Parts: sequence; C-alpha cells; structure tokens
Amino acid sequence: MTQAFILFFGVLSVVFALLVLMLRQPMRAALALIAHMFCLAAIFAALGAHVMALLQVLIYVGAVMVFMVYTIMLLDDRDASYRHVYARMLLPALVVAALVAVALLMLLQGGAGADAAGVAEFGISAFSVAFMRQYWFHFELATVLLLIGIVVAWTTIKESR
Amino acid sequence: MNTHALLVGLAAVLFCMGLAGVMIRRNVLAVIMSLEIMLNAVVLSFVTAATQSQTIEGAAMTLFIYVAATCEIALAMALVVLLVRRHGSLDVAAEQELKG
Repeated sequence: MTQAFILFFGVLSVVFALLVLMLRQPMRAALALIAHMFCLAAIFAALGAHVMALLQVLIYVGAVMVFMVYTIMLLDDRDASYRHVYARMLLPALVVAALVAVALLMLLQGGAGADAAGVAEFGISAFSVAFMRQYWFHFELATVLLLIGIVVAWTTIKESR
Repeated sequence: MNTHALLVGLAAVLFCMGLAGVMIRRNVLAVIMSLEIMLNAVVLSFVTAATQSQTIEGAAMTLFIYVAATCEIALAMALVVLLVRRHGSLDVAAEQELKG
C-alpha cells in the first residue's frame, strides 16, 4: 500500500515538474511547482519522515514559493520571454540532460545499499531533541546565514535605486 | 522493486528535469523554478537515505538545504527585480553583457 502511494505521488511529482518546464506563464509554472512540492511532502510522509514533510510544506511552500508568487505579481506579464518560451539551444540542452539522467541511473544501479543501520525516529519531538543535541552549532550558523541573506537582498534592492 | 531504489531513481530523474529547465527556458523566473526542482530532488535523495539508514544525518542536511534554499530565493528575487529595472526584461538573453 505504501509503495503504491509513493509510486502515485512520484508519478504526479514528475508530471508537475514537466508542467513547470512547459508552461508559458510563470504564475502557472509556480502553481505547478507548489503542487510538485506537495507531492514530495506526501512521499516524505509515506516514508515516515513526518518532520521533513512538515518542513517541506512550511518552508518551501509556505515561505519560498509565496515569496516567488509575490515577485511574479510585481512584474509585467507582457515580457518577451513569455512569448518565446525556449532557448535556441533546445535540442542540445535536452540531449545533455538525457545523457546526465542515463549516467546517473547507471551509477545508481549498483548502489542500493543496506537498510536500517541506525534507530533514528523522524517524529517532531524525537527529531528535534536529536537535532539540537548534535547540530546546535550548525543551527546557530544557519541563523547567521539567514541574517546575511536578508541583509544582502535588502542591500541589492537599495543599491538599484 | 525496492522503494528506496525507486525513490533515488526518481530523485535522479527530477534532478535532470531541473537541469533541462535551467538550460532550455528563457524566462529567468522559470530558470529559478527549475533550480528549485533540482534542490527538491537533492532533498528527496537525502530523506530517502535518512529513512533507509535510520540515521539523523540525512534529515539534518535536509534542514540545512532548506535554509540555503530560503537564502537563495531571497537573493534571487532581489536580483530578478534588479535585472528587470535595468533591462526591462525577464529574458536571460537580455543579460548577455554580463562579464566574469
């Protein structure tokens, strides 16, 4: 049952990723990307990584994509890139991407790996306690990185005026 | 078929789709969205590895990828607004005079 669930959302995530590549209007592509992210969150939940599913929805859909949608709403929708969707090197680019996909899948064929070496739990409380015990310093560094990101984004906008 | 092997294969396919999007799309917002697909594929492979080995490392790395993605999108959107102000276009072909 779990495998069928994962397969269903896996296929859906590929379909929505294809829509992101093919849709002309960025707003529609952004909505397809949001659906793609929800599909991945469903896969994480099916795997038992509930905290990752929660973070995927809260951070990616709730913060990153909402920010992107706001930016799309700010911009003019009569842009030239809306009429000409694809670059001139479409065919060579697709060939390169297909070759990379084949190479990656060939590399992955031999390395399935062994299951369950540890005993970690991915519920919110168990994950939080284990995370803050082992990665508290990295967590503090991540907050500094976020602060730097805010300052750089603000400076970029301010300098352009 | 093993579920974890299936998911790692799915992550590889999604990564290459994102790569194709970065190379073929002309709209800079679509290019950034394709980059997000690539990041999501990496997150999927980390979560798969974490649940397969039942260790916290993959999940912790996922959290840090989320932080990096948030910073990236904040800076990328600022750059998009800046590029539109300077060139009046979202077309990546309009930025051909970039050097370095």
